[in-house]
This record gives sequence, structure tokens and C-alpha cells, in this order.
Amino acid sequence: MSALTLPARPAIRFDLRARPGTVLALLVVAFLVLAALVPGLLTHRSPTAIDLQNNLAHPSWSHPFGTDDAGRDLYTRVVYGARESLGIGLGATALAMAVAILLGFTAGLAGGWVDVVITRALEVVFAFPVLLLALLLISIRGPSVGTVIVAVGLGSAPGYARMVRGQVRSVRQSGYVEAAGALGHRRTTVIRRHLFPNAIRPLVAVMTLGVGQSIVWASGLAFLGLGVSPPSSEWGALLDAGRQYITTSWWLEILPGLVIVLVALAVTSLGRTLQHRLEGAAR
Amino acid sequence: MSIALDTRPSVRSGARAAQEAARKAPALLGKVLSAVLVLIAAASVTFFAQLLIPGDRATTILNLQTGRSQKWSAAELAPVNEKFGFDHPVLVQWLHYVGGLFQGDLGTSFTQYRPVTQVIGDQLLPSLVLTLSALVVAWLLALTITLLTVKRGRFVSGLGSSWEAVTASLPPYWVGVVLLVLFAVKWPIFPVIGGTDLWGTVLPVLTLAIPLAGFLGQVTRDEFEKVLDQPFVTTARTRGMSDTGVRLRHALRHSVLPAITLSGWALGALISGAVIAENIYGRPGIGQVLVTAVNTRDVPTVSGIVLVVAAVYVVANLLVDLAFRLVDPRLAVSKGGQR
Repeated sequence: MSALTLPARPAIRFDLRARPGTVLALLVVAFLVLAALVPGLLTHRSPTAIDLQNNLAHPSWSHPFGTDDAGRDLYTRVVYGARESLGIGLGATALAMAVAILLGFTAGLAGGWVDVVITRALEVVFAFPVLLLALLLISIRGPSVGTVIVAVGLGSAPGYARMVRGQVRSVRQSGYVEAAGALGHRRTTVIRRHLFPNAIRPLVAVMTLGVGQSIVWASGLAFLGLGVSPPSSEWGALLDAGRQYITTSWWLEILPGLVIVLVALAVTSLGRTLQHRLEGAAR
Repeated sequence: MSIALDTRPSVRSGARAAQEAARKAPALLGKVLSAVLVLIAAASVTFFAQLLIPGDRATTILNLQTGRSQKWSAAELAPVNEKFGFDHPVLVQWLHYVGGLFQGDLGTSFTQYRPVTQVIGDQLLPSLVLTLSALVVAWLLALTITLLTVKRGRFVSGLGSSWEAVTASLPPYWVGVVLLVLFAVKWPIFPVIGGTDLWGTVLPVLTLAIPLAGFLGQVTRDEFEKVLDQPFVTTARTRGMSDTGVRLRHALRHSVLPAITLSGWALGALISGAVIAENIYGRPGIGQVLVTAVNTRDVPTVSGIVLVVAAVYVVANLLVDLAFRLVDPRLAVSKGGQR
């Protein structure tokens, strides 16, 4: 009985639930962007101000995230680390997207053996987990910000490439592309005016998710001591620096980690909302 | 009624089953062959990656071993080049590397001067135990939570799906650290430095299982909700089947399908997570070896581990493919051997 009346419900429930969540997510992202652009607005302290008398202090009103082994304010360090973390996330995603669009469009447009070769090659890279592929690259080039961006970017590119290829192929078979061809438009025009924008649009949402994922991967590498290293206040580097105090000063690990989790959650939920909107608009 | 019954495997006569097996054999063989090809290609990737090491490899090795950074004479480089086969043309080196894989040879470690297989050796088993237990625990967690909360009124199912959404995006290092701080430091129930015994394995397994359970749960819940709206579920209910019966006998079977497909993929994510969990808990396994090898720029060992993981991934996906056929007999009938 209830089964017959239910199908209409999910859409309504989604709308009701998404609103407060979306607002919260937007707030987190706004905070992140503000911290990356003008960190001085969010804190009056300096991320490098050493205060040895107050080292490893518990979180309190004056130090909401506590202090590290040199007495530096952890909240301030997190705020100042946002720029580098966000930069790595954006850089890695941009690289992944560039590679994915190149491969996906080549495969989707060329078809035939080119498509087969690219699809097969992607399948091979899929067999390597992102983290391990990144570690292989780091063992070859040595850890640095650049290597981390390249490693995370290349690691996540195959997934996107597969998606782009699928998009290109489905758009290619759509009515409006066929119509454009029938109207006698040149192939390059059809690709530029119809194929490209329509194949790329759904990727905007995926890209948003990708930035969050990349930040998480990059901080995971740093956590292992194989990414950006400690003097920096990049979020992963904060985790790396705090690891040796884990049994005594939990906040050094848990709070920067919580910030990464919140950003990842916010970006994921925004990406999902965007995806629903874009899909809704397309219908 | 008939739709509901169709989802169960029919009782086949022995002859028909044998016939079917014969029909499927070439398809299976094809899958195995393509898996082998993927592995050879993967090995080529790691081989050519090793050529990207900046500078002369023999010099790099000598520098790594002596901890110096200097030029070496031809006489000093010659034995290294010979031992690692760098004096052969690249193509010969590649053939040697790929050929060696089939004999269980993963090359020689740059820093330890012994075969990579020896370096990895007995580290592999604890990592596999960790990964597989995490997969099992994740499934149990996901199924329990989904079965208990899906379509049980707005509040309960909202709670379930929020829990899944949050846990699914938790990075393993954070889960690991939180569990460690709570259950090993604040309430010392489990050891801070976990060994490979059962007690020391609990926290590492949970570290990997909690985020994965969230992910599997999300996928299963979506499917479960769709299935509970299917006509055959209504049919089953009108037959007088209890709600629990419907969930367990009809809906569950359908709704686990997408999550099973993803389990093969999940294994890759789990192994990445295992590397991190092993480093948090100081648990022996490939994770520790891997991080040391990356730190010391021991590229052959890193490549070796990456390849072994790729092999595990490929084999797991083959198995998932087979498992899929067991759970969903429709697939074997409708699509034959093709995916």
C-alpha cells in the first residue's frame, strides 16, 4: 500500500533537507576562501609567533584550537594554511581535469582504435589506488608541493577521463548534435558550439567534489610525512607535525583534521546540490 | 508473484548446469587473459616510471647507499650497472622485468640490495588480513545500519543517511587518530601500538571499515529505496509477508548488487587506507615498508608494492565479477559472458 504512494516523496524531502545543509556548506566554503585570500581578517595573531611558555596548551578561549609545541596558536596556523591547502586542491583538480578532458575528448571523438587504446590504458591506471600512484611518483621525484599536485592530479585523472568520454559519446548521439550536422555546420563548429559546452557542464559538479577529494589526498600524503613538510602550516603538514604528540596533545591532530573533514563534507554536499540543479536544468 | 520468484536461482538439472558452464568458459578465459594483460601493462607503467628517476640510476644507488652526493668513477659504477642490469638496452631491461614477474621476481631494492620480494615478503599477509577484515566489517556495519533504518519514517532514515553521508567522507587518517585518542589514550581499552594479534587489529580494522561502511551504505540505501517501491514487493506484501521478511528475502538481494560491484573498487581504497592505518598504529605490514621505501627513494621496492597491490585489485575485480553472477543469475542468462 505505502509502496504505491511513496515514489513522489524523495524529491520533496531532498529540498527540505538540502536547504540548511547547503547554507552551512556555503558558510564553510566562504570561511575557507576568506582564510585563503585575507587570513588576517580571521585572526589577529601571526602563524609563526612563538610563545614557549604557552606551548602545548589545551584549547581555551584565547587559543580556541590550543597551541603547538612551540606555543604557536593552532587556529591561526590553520587559517594561514588554508591558502596552500586550497591551492593544492585547486591545482591538482585543474591538472586532473585538463588531462581528463584531453584524453576523454580524444577517445570520445576519435572512436575506433584510439578509443580502445585510451580506454584500456585508463583501465590499467585504475588498477593503481590513487595514494599508491602518488607515492610511486613521490619516491621518484622526492616530496614537494609540486610533486604532490602532480601526483594527486594524475592519480585522479583516469576517473574523470572516463566520465568525459562517456559524456562526449552520449552528447554526440543526441538530437541537437545530429541536427547541427544535418544543417551543414562544420565539424569544428559543432564541437565548439555544442559538444564541448554540453559535455563539460556536468563536470562542474564533479570538479567541486574533486577539490575536496584532492585536499584530503594531499593531507593524507603529508600525514605520512611524504607531502608538504612541517615548517609550512598547510593542513597536512600540521597533521604531520602533531603526530609525535598524539598521546599527550590530541588537539594537534584532531582539530586540523576536523577542519579538513568539514571542508570535504561542505564541498561534497555543495557538489551534490550543484549536480542535482544541473541535472534538473537539463531536463 | 512471478516477478518475485524470478529473482531466485532456479533449480537446474546437472546436465543444464554443465552445459552452461561450457558456454561460459571462453568468456571467463577472456576475462582472465585481459586481467593478465592489464597486469603486464601495469608492470610496464612501473618499469618506465623507474626510468624517470632524475640522473644516472647507478649513481643514485651508490649515493643512497653511502649517504653521500658525489660523482663516481666508471669502475665504481660498473658493478652496480651490472647487478641491476642497467648496462642492457632499455627494451631488454623491460623484457627482463616483465618476464621476472612471472617467476615471482620484482627486481632488486636500491637500498637493501636484496630482492624486493624478500623485502615485502611476510609483510603482505598482515596487510591483507587487515584489508579483508575491514571489508567484511564494513559490509556488516553497512547492512545492519541500512536494514534497520531504510524507510523507517523520516527521522530514523534521515539519521541513517546522515550517518552514512558523514562517515563516507571521513579520511581514514582522521578516523584512525580519533579512535586512537579515544580508545587507546583516553580510555586505554586497546593498545596504542597495535601488533598483529586480534586485540591490536580492532582499531585499524574500524579505521578502514567506518568510512567504507558509510559509502557502501549510501549505495545500498539508494537501491533499497527503489526496490521497496517495486511491484514485486507490493505483491509479496499482499501475500502476507512480514516487513522483515520482505526486506531480507526480496529487497536485500537486489539492493546489494551495486555495492558488490563497488567492493572490488573499494579494495583499492582500503589498501590506501591500510597504508595509513598501519602507520598510525605502528602495525607491521606493507604500509610501513612502503613509507620507508618512499622516504629512502627506493623506487624498485615502491614499484614492487604498487604492482602487488594492482594484482590484488585485478584479481579481486575478477572475483567480484563472478560473485555478481552468483547473486544475480539474470546477468548470466541475459548478457552471457559479456559485461
